[in-house]
Order: sequence, then C-alpha cells, then structure tokens
Amino acid sequence: MNANPRQVPASPAPAMAGSGSVLEIRDLSVVYRTPGGDVRAVDQVNLDLAAGEVVGLAGESGSGKSTLVYGASRLLRAPALITSGSVRYAGRRVTEPVDLLRLGPDDLRKLRWREIAIVFQSAMNALNPVLSVRDQLLDVIRAHLRMPRDEARDRTAHLLDLVGIPRSRLRSYPHELSGGMRQRVMIAMALATDPEVVIMDEPTTALDVVVQRDILAQIVELKEELNFSILFITHDLSLLLELADRIAVMYAGQLLEVATSGEIRHEAAHPYTRGLLNSFPSLRGPRRELAGIPGSPPDLRNPPPGCPFLPRCAYGTDACHDVDMQLLQVSTSADPGHVTACPFVLPGTPPPSQDGGRPAGAGAPQADVGEPQAETAGELGS
Amino acid sequence: MTTPQAQDITSAAAERGPLAMQARSISKDFRIGRREMLHAVRDVSFSLYRGAVVALVGESGSGKSTAARLLAGQERLTSGEIQLDGKDIRVASRGDFRHYKSQVQYVFQDPFASLNPVHTVRYHLERPVKLHQGGDVDVDAEVAALMEQVRLTPAKQFLVKYPHELSGGQRQRVSFARALAAKPSVLLADEPVSMLDVSIRLEMLALLNDLRNRFKLAMLYITHDIASARYFADEVLVMYAGEIVERGPAEEVTQQPAHPYTQLLVASAPDPDNLGSTLRRSSARSGAGAGAGQDAKVSQNHGKVSATGCPFSPRCPFAEDRCRREDPALLRISATRAAACWRLDVAAPELVSGSSGGGRTTSTSTP
Repeated sequence: MNANPRQVPASPAPAMAGSGSVLEIRDLSVVYRTPGGDVRAVDQVNLDLAAGEVVGLAGESGSGKSTLVYGASRLLRAPALITSGSVRYAGRRVTEPVDLLRLGPDDLRKLRWREIAIVFQSAMNALNPVLSVRDQLLDVIRAHLRMPRDEARDRTAHLLDLVGIPRSRLRSYPHELSGGMRQRVMIAMALATDPEVVIMDEPTTALDVVVQRDILAQIVELKEELNFSILFITHDLSLLLELADRIAVMYAGQLLEVATSGEIRHEAAHPYTRGLLNSFPSLRGPRRELAGIPGSPPDLRNPPPGCPFLPRCAYGTDACHDVDMQLLQVSTSADPGHVTACPFVLPGTPPPSQDGGRPAGAGAPQADVGEPQAETAGELGS
Repeated sequence: MTTPQAQDITSAAAERGPLAMQARSISKDFRIGRREMLHAVRDVSFSLYRGAVVALVGESGSGKSTAARLLAGQERLTSGEIQLDGKDIRVASRGDFRHYKSQVQYVFQDPFASLNPVHTVRYHLERPVKLHQGGDVDVDAEVAALMEQVRLTPAKQFLVKYPHELSGGQRQRVSFARALAAKPSVLLADEPVSMLDVSIRLEMLALLNDLRNRFKLAMLYITHDIASARYFADEVLVMYAGEIVERGPAEEVTQQPAHPYTQLLVASAPDPDNLGSTLRRSSARSGAGAGAGQDAKVSQNHGKVSATGCPFSPRCPFAEDRCRREDPALLRISATRAAACWRLDVAAPELVSGSSGGGRTTSTSTP
C-alpha cells in the first residue's frame, strides 16, 4: 500500500482535563441468546473516556453501539449476556477504580445516576406521564442524594435554570412540553446528581435541526461548566464531527476506527468511515458527488470471517477474509491515538478503479452476501 | 384570495416538464377545543411539474405534511383549489376518487407502520395493481416489474416475505413499489428517508431520483433536512407556521437564504467542516454572552407564533413593528425566487440591493 504523503494537520488535543480515563472499557463482548444461536452484538471492544472528554460513538442501527454502552453500564438484561471484558470506572468521588462488571447490586445502585447518568433517546417514553417535572426531578434527587426537602426543591429550580427552561414549567407535565423541552428535562434529570459521566443515546435524533443545535450547544456549555464526560451515541456522523473530541466508528459489533474529530474528517483511514463521510449531503461548499455505501450490514448470527465490512467494501481483497480485527495505529498519522481495523487502507488511498483495478481475487467477496445487493443508482441531483 | 406577487414567480421546477398539479391558495384549519382554530396551512400556492422535484422544507408542525395530505385528497380543503392536469379536482363519485388516487400517490415516512404486518410483500403490490390497472393486466408480470424497478431482486425471494423480515430500506422500497403500482403521475413523498440510517438514505434518494426520471414523476419531497433538498430538489419551498416563507431554486435558497427563518435553518444544519467551532464558540461565551441569550430567546419562543403579523416575528432578530402588525406576502426577489419578509433589505441585502424599494411589487398584504 502506498503511504500517504499528505501531512497530517495538528489536531486539537482531546480535552484531558482531569487525571486520565474515567471509563475504560476492555475486551467487552455482549451476545444476545436467541433460539437461532448467539447474536454477537458487541465483539471485544476497547474504548476509553477521559475526564471532561466528549467521545462520539457512531454506527448504523444494529451496529451494537447502544448495546456496547448499555452493556458497559450494566443496563442490559436477558437475553443479553456479557461474555467477557471489564469496565473500569475511576471518578472523582470514588476512592479507587472499580470494575462495573463485577460490582454487587448495592454498590452498583450507589454508582448509578450518581456517577453515570443517561439521557435516553425518546424523552416522551422516558419521562413519567403522570408526574410533574418537579416531581420527576425530586424523585431522582431523593433516590440518589441525601438532601433536606427545601434544598431538594431549590435544586429542581436550579436544574431547570441550567437547561434554560423557565421555572414556571416545574409544574408542567411531560405532555405539556414541546419535544425540545422534554429533552432538556431529560438532561436536567441526568445532571441532577452532578454525575461524572453522562451517556447520551441519540438525544436529539427526534428533534428539528434548529432545536437540535440549541440543545447541543447547551450540552457543550454545561459540560464546560460542570466538567463531566460525555459518551454520545448517534448514527449521524456529521453531528459528531462538530461535537465530539474523539469519534469511535462502530460496525457489526466492532470498532473499525477511533480518532479525533479532525482526523476522522480529514484523514479517515477505514473504508467504512470514508463511506459514511461520503453519505451525507453537505449544505455548504461546492456540491460533491455522493457515493453512499451500497449493501447492508452482515447477519451477526453468522458473522463472516475476517472483516465484517468486506462485502460492502470497495477496497476488499482475499486477504480481508483473514484479517483479525485488531485496531492498529495509522502509520501516516501524527496522532498516536488514531487507530483503524483495516491493515491495508491508509488515509487518502484512492479506491481501486471499477474495471479490473480491483486487487486480485476481489470478485469473490460479493458472492457470499446472502442478501441481494442494491446497486448504487446513479448520483444525485444530476 | 390569490396573491398577485406569488404568481409572478416562475417555478424553478418548470423547465423539467409540463405542469402536473397545482395548489392555488390552499388553506386548512383544524378546530382545536371549542373556540380555537389552528391554521395548519395558510394560503399556500405551488406547482408540481412532470420530472421535477419540489421540496417542502420546514420543522415539525409547520404544516408541510398537512399540505401534502390536502394534495393527496386525504383532508378536505378549507379554502383554495387544487388542479390536476389543468382540471379542478372534484371528487364527486367513487370512480373519480379512484382515478385521482391512481394519479396521485403518497409515500409515508415510517416504513414500519405503513406496511401491514400480516401480509406479504406480494399482497401489498398485487392489490394496487388490481385496483388501479383493471382486470385484464398480467398481475404477476406487473408485480415482478415493480420489484425490478425498486431493485428488490430476486423478486421471487422477496415477494413471499413479511414486513418484519425486511430491513428498513427494503421496506421503504416496497412502499415505493406500492406507490408506483398505480402508475401515478404525481408522487408525494413525506420524509421518505428520515427513518433510515444515514448510509442507506443516499441510496434511497438516488432510487427516487432514478424513478422520477424514468417515469417523469412530478414529485413533492417533504423533509426537515434542507441539505438533502439541496441535492435532490429542483425547487425548494420553505414552510413556517403554515405559510410558505421562501421559495426558489434549491441551490440558491440553500446557498443564499433570503428569509431569516431559512437562514436559521441553514445555520442550524450540522456542518462537518466546522469541527466544533460554532458549538464551542457559543459555549465559550458561557451563559451571559449574546449567543446564549439568543439561544434562550429562540428556544423559549420556539413554537410561539404571532397571531397577527409575520408568524416568525417572535423569533426573528430583524423584526420591527411592522412585522408584528402585518403579515408579509411572498415578495419577488428574482424571476424564480420570492420571500415573505418585510425586512429583506436588512436580512439579505445582497439579494435585494439592486432593487431596494422599487423592487417590491406591492407594499401591503392585501389578500
């Protein structure tokens, strides 16, 4: 493979404000036990979250991004089964690091929400329809903090101030709030206990772009102010490029690439990441030719050997069947944290040309796709 | 009821083909509660042309879906008229209604909810073929052709499947095929890709693009994603609170938005080349800054619509007294562009500089 001569621009260093990682996920594997066999939803994933950092987890639906995070925070139940790994948590308030996967129920309960809080995707379903905003916030505070009643009530008002909702809304019920306000209430609930890590699972997917932007700006602002770390799950890579310090790209239960946002934007190495980058129409700048990624993800009950992206990959060769999906440092990158699961393709490598330019034996990979592939239907906006 | 200004504007979609469908000053009110009326669609006019895509862009609740439902004949008009092939739509008999339905087809947003879970793909396609194409058509061949058109091949393998056995993208292909089964001239696509994964969206838009070229479909593409409208549509109509606030060629509207609301939409779209700068900048000002203040204003006034005057005036940074009193009609900017804003000279000076003052055809919004 030809090395890429382009110089890597100095990327903004991830915000390593505190003392290293608050969350260290190591070798985490999660399967779903089904009558048809185990579905390997998360396969030996390693991921770190530094104090004060925003890490984005990008992937299509079914890629295992939610399973990874919910597995790491022990929120999954049968038929999901954690088969291996450890999740080391080291926050300001805990004296020494603990392994979340080995905690007993009582210790786990103390940690939940107090240390690791979650903003769920669907605020309408996550909020209790028969409790007012104040009661829901009080509920969280009472369950996790020892606090006099008056102080708790003050805190509910303060929390609404934080997320920019007028205090008069404390008496409102979820159905009286707009979608954006509900999501803000969810964020207020997550921040109620001043947690160390906030997991955000597609918090803005159901919202309009204008509201989405408001809320994201607010999240960033709160993060700077309260100094928590964010693990942000989304299928929208374009949003992460603006928001996250580092981005982990997930596909078929595995991480394919991890790097800073700047590296992902300009020096993406893995063909899948590059496909994703080429999938969304851009509003600004000249019109680009958009390619998309033809095909669909593999069946995780019978994952193909080697690289799971091979059937959809423009660079695929026979050698890809034998790849062990280790994350390797990108040799041309100045950033030692930039890792990719593809040992063959470097940033900037052009895809092999359509006619015969494909490396030897590359015709094979397409044959074993169970599902018929949709051809790319021309380019858009001709 | 017609606004003279709006008729001066030639649709950017007109050059693609002949006029297929026209909405003239259509309005729809919903009664909410005892006294209140919700004006879901207010005096909206636009045209669809064969082989052209018109995008209707706006946030949820802006009335874009209601407008499409009016065109589809699923809601009764409060006022205005809709013409198909130059003739007024009168749905007097069942036969008329069926003919209309065969000409104007609708694709829903949610492919999970719009297919019947107890029926196979074959059933979903056979029924419209039999209904709309009469008795003497070879149903099997027709269904196979439809599957081919939406690239669900091999057809045999897919026809026996139930919706739950298909991926989101495949289900939406079935919806497209079902719409095509009636051999329509107009396709109303209501957020056809917003429920799909990013990596699949492009493929589906490319498929829609291919279908409109192949069958010369007049397409209304409803979306909240203005970036996709840029790539996919010929003309963009921006809707806010039931009104069209801006219209024009897709590239011009997205690159040089005139109306303050369109400007807000464009500024809010994720910008991958920005790498955090806008979000960070607003956070750097932390609380007291102008950005945060404006955020708060926008979000607090979100959904607040002025009863009199311009509906966007409570959120608009350029609003002045007149904006709160009088609702502007669409004012002509160029042969193909118009925006409903009193303050275009401030909001988009580069667009109206040549014709400031004299460029406006009328200065009052007399209906």
